[in-house]
Amino acid sequence: MYERLAEVFSHGMKNRNFVAGGIITIVFFGVALLSYVWSPHPIENINISDKLLSPNTKYLLGTDHFGRDILSMLIMGAKNSIIVAFVAIGIGLGIGVPLGLVAASQRGWTDELIMRFNDFTLAFPSLISAIMITAIMGPGAVNSIIAIGIFNIPVFARVVRGAALNIWKKEFILAALSAGKSKARISLEHVLPNTASVLIVQATIQFAIGILAEAGLSYLGLGTQPPAASWGKMLNEAQTFLHFAPQLAIYPGLAIALTVLGLNLFGDGLRDVLDPKLRRNR
Amino acid sequence: MIITLLVASSVVFFVLEILPGDPAAVMLGINAEADTLAALRAELGLDKPIAVRYLGWLGDLVQGDLGISYTYDVPVSELIMERVILSFPLAILSITLSTLIAIPLGIIAASNHTKPMDFLVMIFSQLGIAIPNFWFALLLIIFFSVFMGVLPAGGFAGWDAGIFPALSSLLLPTIALALPQAAILTRVTRSSLLEVLKEDYIRTAQAKGSSSRRTLWRHALRNAMIPVVTIMGLQFSFLLAGTIIIENVFYLPGIGRLIFQAIAQRDLIVVKNLVILLAASVIVINFIVDMLYAVIDPRLRGAQNV
Repeated sequence: MYERLAEVFSHGMKNRNFVAGGIITIVFFGVALLSYVWSPHPIENINISDKLLSPNTKYLLGTDHFGRDILSMLIMGAKNSIIVAFVAIGIGLGIGVPLGLVAASQRGWTDELIMRFNDFTLAFPSLISAIMITAIMGPGAVNSIIAIGIFNIPVFARVVRGAALNIWKKEFILAALSAGKSKARISLEHVLPNTASVLIVQATIQFAIGILAEAGLSYLGLGTQPPAASWGKMLNEAQTFLHFAPQLAIYPGLAIALTVLGLNLFGDGLRDVLDPKLRRNR
Repeated sequence: MIITLLVASSVVFFVLEILPGDPAAVMLGINAEADTLAALRAELGLDKPIAVRYLGWLGDLVQGDLGISYTYDVPVSELIMERVILSFPLAILSITLSTLIAIPLGIIAASNHTKPMDFLVMIFSQLGIAIPNFWFALLLIIFFSVFMGVLPAGGFAGWDAGIFPALSSLLLPTIALALPQAAILTRVTRSSLLEVLKEDYIRTAQAKGSSSRRTLWRHALRNAMIPVVTIMGLQFSFLLAGTIIIENVFYLPGIGRLIFQAIAQRDLIVVKNLVILLAASVIVINFIVDMLYAVIDPRLRGAQNV
Protein backbone atom coordinates (compact mmCIF):
# COMPACT_ATOMS: atom_id res chain seq x y z
CA MET A 1 0.00 0.00 0.00
CA TYR A 2 2.79 2.41 0.99
CA GLU A 3 4.75 1.39 -2.07
CA ARG A 4 1.78 2.10 -4.29
CA LEU A 5 1.30 5.52 -2.69
CA ALA A 6 5.00 6.32 -3.09
CA GLU A 7 4.82 5.24 -6.72
CA VAL A 8 1.77 7.41 -7.40
CA PHE A 9 3.47 10.31 -5.72
CA SER A 10 6.72 10.02 -7.65
CA HIS A 11 4.86 9.74 -10.97
CA GLY A 12 2.63 12.59 -9.88
CA MET A 13 5.51 14.96 -9.27
CA LYS A 14 6.25 14.85 -13.00
CA ASN A 15 2.68 15.82 -13.88
CA ARG A 16 2.03 19.56 -14.13
CA ASN A 17 -1.70 19.31 -13.36
CA PHE A 18 -1.13 17.00 -10.40
CA VAL A 19 1.41 19.33 -8.78
CA ALA A 20 -0.45 22.61 -9.38
CA GLY A 21 -3.85 21.18 -8.49
CA GLY A 22 -2.43 19.33 -5.50
CA ILE A 23 -0.90 22.49 -4.04
CA ILE A 24 -4.15 24.47 -4.41
CA THR A 25 -6.15 21.60 -2.92
CA ILE A 26 -3.80 21.23 0.05
CA VAL A 27 -3.97 24.98 0.76
CA PHE A 28 -7.77 24.83 0.56
CA PHE A 29 -8.01 21.93 2.99
CA GLY A 30 -5.37 23.52 5.22
CA VAL A 31 -7.35 26.74 5.46
CA ALA A 32 -10.51 24.81 6.27
CA LEU A 33 -8.73 22.86 9.02
CA LEU A 34 -7.22 26.07 10.34
CA SER A 35 -10.72 27.45 10.86
CA TYR A 36 -11.29 24.91 13.63
CA VAL A 37 -8.51 26.38 15.75
CA TRP A 38 -8.11 29.96 14.58
CA SER A 39 -9.63 32.72 12.49
CA PRO A 40 -8.62 36.40 12.52
CA HIS A 41 -11.96 37.61 13.92
CA PRO A 42 -15.02 35.64 15.06
CA ILE A 43 -17.57 35.87 12.25
CA GLU A 44 -20.46 36.27 14.68
CA ASN A 45 -18.98 39.65 15.58
CA ILE A 46 -21.29 42.27 14.17
CA ASN A 47 -19.59 45.61 14.33
CA ILE A 48 -21.71 48.11 12.44
CA SER A 49 -19.28 50.99 13.01
CA ASP A 50 -16.67 49.03 11.03
CA LYS A 51 -18.99 48.24 8.11
CA LEU A 52 -17.88 48.11 4.46
CA LEU A 53 -14.26 48.98 5.26
CA SER A 54 -11.61 48.64 2.59
CA PRO A 55 -8.73 46.28 3.30
CA ASN A 56 -6.60 47.58 6.20
CA THR A 57 -4.18 46.27 8.79
CA LYS A 58 -6.90 45.21 11.24
CA TYR A 59 -9.14 43.61 8.59
CA LEU A 60 -6.81 42.30 5.91
CA LEU A 61 -9.54 42.05 3.25
CA GLY A 62 -11.93 44.62 4.73
CA THR A 63 -15.39 44.11 6.18
CA ASP A 64 -18.92 43.51 4.91
CA HIS A 65 -22.13 45.46 5.59
CA PHE A 66 -22.34 44.07 9.14
CA GLY A 67 -18.71 44.90 9.87
CA ARG A 68 -17.75 41.23 9.76
CA ASP A 69 -14.20 40.39 8.76
CA ILE A 70 -14.15 39.16 5.13
CA LEU A 71 -11.01 37.05 5.56
CA SER A 72 -12.53 35.18 8.50
CA MET A 73 -15.73 34.60 6.55
CA LEU A 74 -13.76 33.23 3.60
CA ILE A 75 -11.94 30.84 5.93
CA MET A 76 -15.18 29.66 7.53
CA GLY A 77 -16.70 29.41 4.05
CA ALA A 78 -13.94 27.00 3.01
CA LYS A 79 -14.87 24.73 5.90
CA ASN A 80 -18.53 24.94 4.99
CA SER A 81 -17.87 24.08 1.32
CA ILE A 82 -15.75 21.09 2.27
CA ILE A 83 -18.32 19.68 4.67
CA VAL A 84 -21.19 20.01 2.18
CA ALA A 85 -19.26 18.57 -0.78
CA PHE A 86 -17.70 15.82 1.32
CA VAL A 87 -20.92 14.50 2.82
CA ALA A 88 -22.63 14.75 -0.57
CA ILE A 89 -19.90 12.55 -2.02
CA GLY A 90 -20.40 10.16 0.88
CA ILE A 91 -24.07 9.85 -0.09
CA GLY A 92 -23.16 9.31 -3.74
CA LEU A 93 -20.52 6.69 -2.93
CA GLY A 94 -22.58 4.96 -0.25
CA ILE A 95 -25.59 4.40 -2.51
CA GLY A 96 -24.18 4.69 -6.01
CA VAL A 97 -21.28 2.25 -5.64
CA PRO A 98 -23.37 -0.69 -4.35
CA LEU A 99 -25.92 -0.01 -7.10
CA GLY A 100 -23.21 -0.02 -9.75
CA LEU A 101 -21.61 -3.18 -8.38
CA VAL A 102 -24.94 -5.00 -8.27
CA ALA A 103 -25.80 -3.88 -11.80
CA ALA A 104 -22.48 -5.14 -13.13
CA SER A 105 -22.58 -8.48 -11.31
CA GLN A 106 -26.24 -9.36 -11.95
CA ARG A 107 -26.70 -7.94 -15.46
CA GLY A 108 -30.13 -8.75 -16.96
CA TRP A 109 -33.19 -6.92 -15.74
CA THR A 110 -31.56 -5.76 -12.47
CA ASP A 111 -28.94 -3.96 -14.50
CA GLU A 112 -31.58 -2.56 -16.83
CA LEU A 113 -33.69 -1.29 -13.92
CA ILE A 114 -30.75 0.39 -12.17
CA MET A 115 -29.54 2.03 -15.37
CA ARG A 116 -33.04 3.29 -16.25
CA PHE A 117 -33.29 4.76 -12.77
CA ASN A 118 -29.93 6.42 -13.41
CA ASP A 119 -31.01 7.92 -16.72
CA PHE A 120 -34.17 9.14 -15.09
CA THR A 121 -32.39 10.93 -12.27
CA LEU A 122 -29.99 12.48 -14.74
CA ALA A 123 -32.88 13.71 -16.90
CA PHE A 124 -34.02 16.09 -14.18
CA PRO A 125 -32.08 19.32 -14.26
CA SER A 126 -30.17 18.94 -11.01
CA LEU A 127 -30.69 22.47 -9.80
CA ILE A 128 -34.43 22.29 -10.37
CA SER A 129 -34.61 19.12 -8.31
CA ALA A 130 -32.41 20.68 -5.66
CA ILE A 131 -34.79 23.63 -5.56
CA MET A 132 -37.70 21.22 -5.21
CA ILE A 133 -35.98 19.36 -2.40
CA THR A 134 -35.13 22.50 -0.49
CA ALA A 135 -38.65 23.78 -1.15
CA ILE A 136 -40.10 20.65 0.45
CA MET A 137 -37.74 20.39 3.37
CA GLY A 138 -36.85 24.02 3.80
CA PRO A 139 -33.55 25.72 3.00
CA GLY A 140 -30.46 24.81 4.95
CA ALA A 141 -27.04 23.21 4.75
CA VAL A 142 -28.33 19.70 5.46
CA ASN A 143 -30.92 19.82 2.71
CA SER A 144 -28.47 21.20 0.19
CA ILE A 145 -26.16 18.29 1.10
CA ILE A 146 -29.00 15.85 0.38
CA ALA A 147 -29.91 17.62 -2.85
CA ILE A 148 -26.32 17.52 -4.11
CA GLY A 149 -25.78 14.00 -2.77
CA ILE A 150 -28.73 12.58 -4.70
CA PHE A 151 -27.13 13.72 -7.94
CA ASN A 152 -23.88 12.06 -7.06
CA ILE A 153 -25.63 8.68 -6.85
CA PRO A 154 -26.21 8.05 -10.59
CA VAL A 155 -22.78 9.44 -11.44
CA PHE A 156 -20.95 7.01 -9.17
CA ALA A 157 -23.26 4.13 -10.06
CA ARG A 158 -22.52 4.63 -13.76
CA VAL A 159 -18.77 5.00 -13.31
CA VAL A 160 -18.48 1.93 -11.07
CA ARG A 161 -20.68 -0.15 -13.34
CA GLY A 162 -18.57 0.72 -16.37
CA ALA A 163 -15.31 -0.13 -14.61
CA ALA A 164 -16.77 -3.25 -12.99
CA LEU A 165 -18.07 -4.63 -16.31
CA ASN A 166 -14.51 -4.62 -17.61
CA ILE A 167 -13.20 -6.35 -14.52
CA TRP A 168 -15.86 -9.06 -14.67
CA LYS A 169 -14.38 -10.11 -18.01
CA LYS A 170 -10.96 -10.79 -16.48
CA GLU A 171 -9.64 -14.28 -15.92
CA PHE A 172 -9.01 -13.92 -12.20
CA ILE A 173 -12.74 -13.34 -11.74
CA LEU A 174 -13.42 -16.58 -13.58
CA ALA A 175 -10.96 -18.26 -11.23
CA ALA A 176 -12.73 -16.83 -8.19
CA LEU A 177 -16.10 -17.97 -9.58
CA SER A 178 -14.87 -21.50 -10.15
CA ALA A 179 -13.43 -21.50 -6.63
CA GLY A 180 -17.05 -21.17 -5.52
CA LYS A 181 -17.08 -17.56 -4.34
CA SER A 182 -20.45 -15.82 -4.50
CA LYS A 183 -20.99 -12.88 -6.85
CA ALA A 184 -21.45 -10.55 -3.90
CA ARG A 185 -18.15 -11.62 -2.37
CA ILE A 186 -16.29 -11.30 -5.67
CA SER A 187 -17.77 -7.82 -6.10
CA LEU A 188 -16.47 -6.77 -2.72
CA GLU A 189 -13.11 -8.54 -2.67
CA HIS A 190 -11.99 -8.35 -6.28
CA VAL A 191 -14.07 -5.89 -8.29
CA LEU A 192 -14.34 -3.00 -5.83
CA PRO A 193 -10.60 -2.66 -5.13
CA ASN A 194 -9.93 -2.59 -8.86
CA THR A 195 -12.37 0.28 -9.40
CA ALA A 196 -10.74 2.35 -6.65
CA SER A 197 -8.65 4.53 -8.94
CA VAL A 198 -11.61 5.44 -11.16
CA LEU A 199 -13.63 6.22 -8.05
CA ILE A 200 -10.98 8.46 -6.55
CA VAL A 201 -10.70 10.46 -9.76
CA GLN A 202 -14.48 10.77 -10.06
CA ALA A 203 -14.74 11.79 -6.40
CA THR A 204 -12.30 14.65 -7.02
CA ILE A 205 -14.41 15.87 -9.92
CA GLN A 206 -17.65 15.53 -7.94
CA PHE A 207 -16.01 17.44 -5.11
CA ALA A 208 -15.47 20.38 -7.44
CA ILE A 209 -19.03 20.10 -8.79
CA GLY A 210 -20.34 19.88 -5.22
CA ILE A 211 -18.58 23.09 -4.26
CA LEU A 212 -20.03 24.87 -7.31
CA ALA A 213 -23.50 23.51 -6.56
CA GLU A 214 -23.33 24.51 -2.89
CA ALA A 215 -22.28 28.02 -3.89
CA GLY A 216 -25.15 28.21 -6.38
CA LEU A 217 -27.76 27.03 -3.86
CA SER A 218 -26.46 29.35 -1.15
CA TYR A 219 -26.41 32.20 -3.63
CA LEU A 220 -30.12 31.58 -4.26
CA GLY A 221 -30.68 31.53 -0.49
CA LEU A 222 -31.52 27.81 -0.45
CA GLY A 223 -28.29 26.49 1.03
CA THR A 224 -26.31 27.40 4.11
CA GLN A 225 -28.18 29.86 6.30
CA PRO A 226 -26.72 32.76 8.28
CA PRO A 227 -24.91 33.19 10.61
CA ALA A 228 -22.82 30.36 9.09
CA ALA A 229 -20.55 31.66 6.36
CA SER A 230 -20.81 30.40 2.81
CA TRP A 231 -19.11 31.69 -0.33
CA GLY A 232 -22.35 31.65 -2.31
CA LYS A 233 -24.21 33.53 0.41
CA MET A 234 -21.42 36.12 0.57
CA LEU A 235 -21.78 36.73 -3.17
CA ASN A 236 -25.52 37.13 -2.78
CA GLU A 237 -25.05 39.75 -0.06
CA ALA A 238 -22.31 41.47 -2.03
CA GLN A 239 -24.64 42.02 -4.98
CA THR A 240 -26.60 44.63 -3.02
CA PHE A 241 -23.42 46.68 -2.56
CA LEU A 242 -21.96 46.37 -6.06
CA HIS A 243 -21.96 50.14 -6.46
CA PHE A 244 -20.30 50.99 -3.14
CA ALA A 245 -18.11 48.00 -2.44
CA PRO A 246 -17.49 45.94 -5.58
CA GLN A 247 -14.50 44.29 -3.83
CA LEU A 248 -16.97 42.27 -1.72
CA ALA A 249 -18.08 40.44 -4.84
CA ILE A 250 -14.49 39.64 -5.85
CA TYR A 251 -13.03 37.59 -2.98
CA PRO A 252 -15.66 34.85 -2.50
CA GLY A 253 -15.90 34.23 -6.24
CA LEU A 254 -12.13 34.06 -6.47
CA ALA A 255 -12.12 31.54 -3.63
CA ILE A 256 -14.71 29.35 -5.40
CA ALA A 257 -12.97 29.55 -8.77
CA LEU A 258 -9.51 28.80 -7.37
CA THR A 259 -10.72 25.85 -5.31
CA VAL A 260 -12.68 24.34 -8.18
CA LEU A 261 -9.77 24.92 -10.55
CA GLY A 262 -7.39 23.24 -8.10
CA LEU A 263 -9.61 20.23 -7.62
CA ASN A 264 -10.21 19.82 -11.36
CA LEU A 265 -6.51 20.04 -12.17
CA PHE A 266 -5.73 17.60 -9.37
CA GLY A 267 -8.39 15.20 -10.66
CA ASP A 268 -7.02 15.39 -14.20
CA GLY A 269 -3.49 14.85 -12.97
CA LEU A 270 -4.53 11.98 -10.74
CA ARG A 271 -6.29 10.27 -13.63
CA ASP A 272 -3.15 10.43 -15.75
CA VAL A 273 -1.01 9.15 -12.91
CA LEU A 274 -3.28 6.38 -11.64
CA ASP A 275 -4.28 4.96 -14.95
CA PRO A 276 -2.21 5.80 -18.01
CA LYS A 277 -4.65 3.78 -20.13
CA LEU A 278 -7.41 6.22 -19.30
CA ARG A 279 -5.24 9.13 -20.34
CA ARG A 280 -7.19 11.48 -22.51
CA ASN A 281 -5.70 13.82 -25.02
CA ARG A 282 -4.65 16.86 -23.16
CA MET B 1 -39.62 8.03 -24.03
CA ILE B 2 -43.35 8.06 -23.21
CA ILE B 3 -42.75 5.80 -20.20
CA THR B 4 -39.95 8.03 -18.93
CA LEU B 5 -42.30 11.01 -19.24
CA LEU B 6 -45.05 9.21 -17.32
CA VAL B 7 -42.69 8.21 -14.52
CA ALA B 8 -41.37 11.75 -14.40
CA SER B 9 -44.87 13.20 -14.14
CA SER B 10 -45.89 10.92 -11.27
CA VAL B 11 -42.67 11.60 -9.35
CA VAL B 12 -43.16 15.34 -9.69
CA PHE B 13 -46.81 15.12 -8.70
CA PHE B 14 -46.38 12.95 -5.62
CA VAL B 15 -43.22 14.66 -4.40
CA LEU B 16 -45.03 17.99 -4.51
CA GLU B 17 -47.97 16.50 -2.64
CA ILE B 18 -45.66 16.06 0.36
CA LEU B 19 -44.82 19.75 0.23
CA PRO B 20 -46.01 21.23 3.50
CA GLY B 21 -48.32 24.24 3.33
CA ASP B 22 -51.92 24.28 2.16
CA PRO B 23 -52.26 26.44 -0.99
CA ALA B 24 -55.74 27.48 0.09
CA ALA B 25 -54.39 28.67 3.44
CA VAL B 26 -51.60 30.60 1.71
CA MET B 27 -54.09 32.34 -0.60
CA LEU B 28 -56.49 33.38 2.15
CA GLY B 29 -53.94 34.33 4.76
CA ILE B 30 -53.67 33.20 8.36
CA ASN B 31 -56.93 34.75 9.53
CA ALA B 32 -59.16 32.78 7.15
CA GLU B 33 -62.37 31.17 8.45
CA ALA B 34 -62.52 27.38 8.35
CA ASP B 35 -65.55 27.21 6.04
CA THR B 36 -64.08 29.77 3.61
CA LEU B 37 -60.98 27.58 3.48
CA ALA B 38 -63.06 24.48 2.81
CA ALA B 39 -64.97 26.29 0.05
CA LEU B 40 -61.77 27.37 -1.64
CA ARG B 41 -60.26 23.91 -1.32
CA ALA B 42 -63.34 22.49 -3.02
CA GLU B 43 -63.11 25.11 -5.77
CA LEU B 44 -59.45 24.25 -6.37
CA GLY B 45 -60.30 20.54 -6.32
CA LEU B 46 -57.96 19.94 -3.38
CA ASP B 47 -60.53 17.83 -1.52
CA LYS B 48 -60.61 15.03 -4.09
CA PRO B 49 -58.53 11.87 -3.60
CA ILE B 50 -54.93 12.09 -4.71
CA ALA B 51 -55.22 9.53 -7.53
CA VAL B 52 -58.19 11.36 -9.07
CA ARG B 53 -56.30 14.62 -8.98
CA TYR B 54 -53.22 13.02 -10.55
CA LEU B 55 -55.18 11.53 -13.46
CA GLY B 56 -57.13 14.74 -13.90
CA TRP B 57 -53.94 16.76 -14.02
CA LEU B 58 -52.34 14.36 -16.49
CA GLY B 59 -55.42 14.47 -18.72
CA ASP B 60 -55.44 18.27 -18.74
CA LEU B 61 -51.70 18.33 -19.35
CA VAL B 62 -52.03 16.24 -22.49
CA GLN B 63 -54.74 18.61 -23.75
CA GLY B 64 -52.51 21.58 -23.06
CA ASP B 65 -54.63 22.84 -20.17
CA LEU B 66 -52.26 23.68 -17.34
CA GLY B 67 -54.84 25.00 -14.90
CA ILE B 68 -55.08 28.35 -13.16
CA SER B 69 -52.28 29.74 -11.01
CA TYR B 70 -53.24 29.87 -7.31
CA THR B 71 -51.58 33.21 -6.65
CA TYR B 72 -51.73 35.06 -9.97
CA ASP B 73 -55.22 33.83 -10.85
CA VAL B 74 -54.36 33.61 -14.55
CA PRO B 75 -54.00 30.46 -16.65
CA VAL B 76 -50.62 28.83 -16.01
CA SER B 77 -50.04 28.41 -19.73
CA GLU B 78 -50.39 32.17 -20.17
CA LEU B 79 -47.99 32.78 -17.30
CA ILE B 80 -45.47 30.39 -18.79
CA MET B 81 -45.79 31.83 -22.31
CA GLU B 82 -45.09 35.32 -20.94
CA ARG B 83 -41.85 34.05 -19.47
CA VAL B 84 -40.83 31.75 -22.29
CA ILE B 85 -40.47 34.67 -24.68
CA LEU B 86 -37.58 35.76 -22.48
CA SER B 87 -36.04 32.45 -21.44
CA PHE B 88 -36.15 30.75 -24.83
CA PRO B 89 -34.27 33.50 -26.71
CA LEU B 90 -31.80 33.65 -23.81
CA ALA B 91 -31.14 29.93 -24.07
CA ILE B 92 -30.83 29.98 -27.86
CA LEU B 93 -28.49 32.98 -27.79
CA SER B 94 -26.21 31.41 -25.22
CA ILE B 95 -26.09 28.04 -27.00
CA THR B 96 -25.24 29.85 -30.24
CA LEU B 97 -22.60 31.98 -28.58
CA SER B 98 -20.98 29.06 -26.77
CA THR B 99 -20.90 26.96 -29.96
CA LEU B 100 -19.43 29.85 -31.95
CA ILE B 101 -16.67 30.19 -29.35
CA ALA B 102 -16.08 26.54 -28.57
CA ILE B 103 -15.85 24.81 -31.95
CA PRO B 104 -13.26 27.18 -33.47
CA LEU B 105 -11.24 27.15 -30.23
CA GLY B 106 -11.38 23.36 -30.08
CA ILE B 107 -10.22 23.12 -33.69
CA ILE B 108 -7.39 25.61 -33.07
CA ALA B 109 -6.26 23.69 -29.99
CA ALA B 110 -6.39 20.29 -31.67
CA SER B 111 -4.58 21.41 -34.80
CA ASN B 112 -1.86 23.01 -32.65
CA HIS B 113 -1.62 20.08 -30.25
CA THR B 114 1.15 20.49 -27.62
CA LYS B 115 2.00 23.97 -28.96
CA PRO B 116 1.54 27.15 -26.87
CA MET B 117 -1.78 27.91 -28.61
CA ASP B 118 -3.17 24.61 -27.37
CA PHE B 119 -1.96 25.37 -23.86
CA LEU B 120 -3.65 28.80 -23.90
CA VAL B 121 -6.95 27.34 -25.04
CA MET B 122 -6.78 24.71 -22.31
CA ILE B 123 -6.17 27.41 -19.69
CA PHE B 124 -9.27 29.23 -20.96
CA SER B 125 -11.23 26.01 -20.74
CA GLN B 126 -10.10 25.14 -17.20
CA LEU B 127 -10.89 28.66 -16.01
CA GLY B 128 -14.28 28.66 -17.70
CA ILE B 129 -15.22 25.43 -15.98
CA ALA B 130 -14.04 26.62 -12.57
CA ILE B 131 -15.70 30.04 -12.58
CA PRO B 132 -19.29 29.88 -11.31
CA ASN B 133 -21.58 31.53 -13.84
CA PHE B 134 -23.27 33.75 -11.27
CA TRP B 135 -19.91 35.13 -10.15
CA PHE B 136 -18.93 35.75 -13.76
CA ALA B 137 -22.27 37.52 -14.11
CA LEU B 138 -21.44 39.74 -11.12
CA LEU B 139 -18.03 40.55 -12.61
CA LEU B 140 -19.70 41.49 -15.89
CA ILE B 141 -22.12 43.74 -14.00
CA ILE B 142 -19.26 45.39 -12.09
CA PHE B 143 -17.34 46.05 -15.27
CA PHE B 144 -20.03 46.93 -17.83
CA SER B 145 -22.68 48.44 -15.58
CA VAL B 146 -20.95 49.88 -12.53
CA PHE B 147 -17.67 51.11 -14.05
CA MET B 148 -18.48 51.62 -17.71
CA GLY B 149 -22.19 52.21 -17.30
CA VAL B 150 -22.90 50.96 -20.83
CA LEU B 151 -25.24 48.03 -20.14
CA PRO B 152 -28.09 47.53 -17.68
CA ALA B 153 -27.24 45.67 -14.45
CA GLY B 154 -30.53 43.83 -14.50
CA GLY B 155 -34.17 43.87 -15.44
CA PHE B 156 -35.68 43.39 -18.85
CA ALA B 157 -36.92 46.17 -21.08
CA GLY B 158 -39.44 43.89 -22.76
CA TRP B 159 -39.69 43.09 -26.47
CA ASP B 160 -42.22 45.93 -26.87
CA ALA B 161 -39.48 48.45 -26.06
CA GLY B 162 -37.80 47.54 -29.33
CA ILE B 163 -35.33 44.91 -30.34
CA PHE B 164 -32.23 46.86 -29.33
CA PRO B 165 -33.07 47.67 -25.67
CA ALA B 166 -34.38 44.14 -25.21
CA LEU B 167 -31.23 42.56 -26.62
CA SER B 168 -28.97 44.83 -24.62
CA SER B 169 -30.57 43.65 -21.39
CA LEU B 170 -30.04 40.07 -22.55
CA LEU B 171 -26.41 40.57 -23.60
CA LEU B 172 -24.70 40.16 -20.22
CA PRO B 173 -26.89 37.21 -19.15
CA THR B 174 -26.14 35.49 -22.46
CA ILE B 175 -22.39 35.90 -22.00
CA ALA B 176 -22.55 34.72 -18.39
CA LEU B 177 -24.51 31.62 -19.39
CA ALA B 178 -22.33 30.86 -22.39
CA LEU B 179 -18.92 30.89 -20.71
CA PRO B 180 -19.02 27.62 -18.75
CA GLN B 181 -20.71 25.86 -21.65
CA ALA B 182 -18.15 27.15 -24.11
CA ALA B 183 -15.38 25.95 -21.80
CA ILE B 184 -16.73 22.40 -21.64
CA LEU B 185 -17.56 22.27 -25.36
CA THR B 186 -14.08 23.50 -26.27
CA ARG B 187 -12.56 20.70 -24.27
CA VAL B 188 -14.80 18.06 -25.81
CA THR B 189 -14.26 19.35 -29.35
CA ARG B 190 -10.51 19.31 -28.85
CA SER B 191 -10.21 15.84 -27.35
CA SER B 192 -12.70 14.35 -29.78
CA LEU B 193 -10.84 15.85 -32.73
CA LEU B 194 -7.49 14.62 -31.40
CA GLU B 195 -8.97 11.15 -31.04
CA VAL B 196 -10.22 11.14 -34.63
CA LEU B 197 -6.96 12.53 -36.01
CA LYS B 198 -5.25 9.34 -34.76
CA GLU B 199 -7.52 7.10 -36.84
CA ASP B 200 -6.24 5.03 -39.73
CA TYR B 201 -8.44 6.69 -42.33
CA ILE B 202 -6.90 10.06 -41.49
CA ARG B 203 -3.46 8.61 -42.14
CA THR B 204 -4.80 7.12 -45.39
CA ALA B 205 -6.16 10.50 -46.46
CA GLN B 206 -2.83 12.13 -45.71
CA ALA B 207 -0.96 9.37 -47.52
CA LYS B 208 -3.11 10.00 -50.56
CA GLY B 209 -1.86 13.57 -50.56
CA SER B 210 -4.75 15.36 -48.89
CA SER B 211 -3.51 18.61 -47.35
CA SER B 212 -3.77 18.82 -43.57
CA ARG B 213 -6.39 21.55 -43.88
CA ARG B 214 -8.47 19.42 -46.21
CA THR B 215 -8.05 16.36 -44.00
CA LEU B 216 -9.24 18.31 -41.00
CA TRP B 217 -12.31 19.80 -42.62
CA ARG B 218 -13.40 16.97 -44.86
CA HIS B 219 -12.49 13.88 -42.89
CA ALA B 220 -11.88 14.62 -39.24
CA LEU B 221 -14.37 17.29 -38.21
CA ARG B 222 -17.55 15.47 -39.13
CA ASN B 223 -16.47 12.35 -37.28
CA ALA B 224 -15.43 14.37 -34.28
CA MET B 225 -18.86 15.96 -33.98
CA ILE B 226 -20.69 13.01 -32.39
CA PRO B 227 -19.34 13.46 -28.85
CA VAL B 228 -19.74 17.21 -29.27
CA VAL B 229 -23.44 16.88 -30.10
CA THR B 230 -23.90 14.46 -27.19
CA ILE B 231 -22.41 16.95 -24.77
CA MET B 232 -24.50 19.76 -26.24
CA GLY B 233 -27.58 17.66 -25.51
CA LEU B 234 -26.45 16.90 -21.99
CA GLN B 235 -25.64 20.53 -21.44
CA PHE B 236 -29.22 21.47 -22.10
CA SER B 237 -30.17 20.49 -18.56
CA PHE B 238 -27.22 22.45 -17.18
CA LEU B 239 -28.39 25.34 -19.29
CA LEU B 240 -31.82 25.22 -17.65
CA ALA B 241 -30.21 25.18 -14.21
CA GLY B 242 -27.92 28.02 -15.23
CA THR B 243 -30.88 30.00 -16.52
CA ILE B 244 -32.55 29.82 -13.10
CA ILE B 245 -29.50 31.28 -11.38
CA ILE B 246 -28.67 33.83 -14.06
CA GLU B 247 -32.27 35.08 -14.29
CA ASN B 248 -32.11 35.64 -10.55
CA VAL B 249 -28.79 37.49 -10.81
CA PHE B 250 -30.16 39.87 -13.45
CA TYR B 251 -33.74 40.01 -12.12
CA LEU B 252 -35.03 38.80 -15.48
CA PRO B 253 -38.70 37.81 -15.49
CA GLY B 254 -38.15 34.42 -17.14
CA ILE B 255 -39.01 30.79 -16.47
CA GLY B 256 -36.23 30.37 -13.91
CA ARG B 257 -37.41 33.27 -11.82
CA LEU B 258 -41.03 32.14 -12.16
CA ILE B 259 -40.32 28.68 -10.75
CA PHE B 260 -38.37 30.20 -7.92
CA GLN B 261 -41.15 32.64 -7.01
CA ALA B 262 -43.81 29.97 -7.41
CA ILE B 263 -42.06 27.75 -4.87
CA ALA B 264 -41.77 30.63 -2.42
CA GLN B 265 -45.50 31.35 -2.83
CA ARG B 266 -46.52 27.68 -2.61
CA ASP B 267 -48.12 28.07 -6.02
CA LEU B 268 -48.06 24.31 -6.50
CA ILE B 269 -49.86 24.21 -9.79
CA VAL B 270 -47.26 26.47 -11.41
CA VAL B 271 -44.34 24.56 -9.87
CA LYS B 272 -45.77 21.20 -10.88
CA ASN B 273 -46.37 22.15 -14.49
CA LEU B 274 -43.10 24.01 -14.88
CA VAL B 275 -41.00 21.19 -13.46
CA ILE B 276 -42.71 18.62 -15.64
CA LEU B 277 -42.35 20.82 -18.73
CA LEU B 278 -38.65 21.34 -18.01
CA ALA B 279 -38.06 17.64 -17.38
CA ALA B 280 -40.01 16.81 -20.53
CA SER B 281 -37.94 19.25 -22.55
CA VAL B 282 -34.73 17.61 -21.30
CA ILE B 283 -36.07 14.15 -22.20
CA VAL B 284 -37.22 15.33 -25.64
CA ILE B 285 -33.93 17.11 -26.34
CA ASN B 286 -31.99 13.95 -25.49
CA PHE B 287 -34.28 12.06 -27.85
CA ILE B 288 -33.60 14.59 -30.62
CA VAL B 289 -29.87 14.28 -29.97
CA ASP B 290 -30.12 10.53 -30.49
CA MET B 291 -31.85 11.24 -33.81
CA LEU B 292 -29.14 13.74 -34.76
CA TYR B 293 -26.48 11.03 -34.52
CA ALA B 294 -28.04 9.41 -37.54
CA VAL B 295 -27.85 12.66 -39.48
CA ILE B 296 -24.20 13.15 -38.61
CA ASP B 297 -23.13 9.56 -38.99
CA PRO B 298 -24.87 7.59 -41.74
CA ARG B 299 -23.45 4.36 -40.29
CA LEU B 300 -25.79 4.71 -37.32
CA ARG B 301 -28.91 4.91 -39.47
CA GLY B 302 -31.22 2.00 -38.70
CA ALA B 303 -28.90 0.76 -36.00
CA GLN B 304 -30.30 2.19 -32.80
CA ASN B 305 -29.13 1.33 -29.29
CA VAL B 306 -25.50 1.62 -30.24
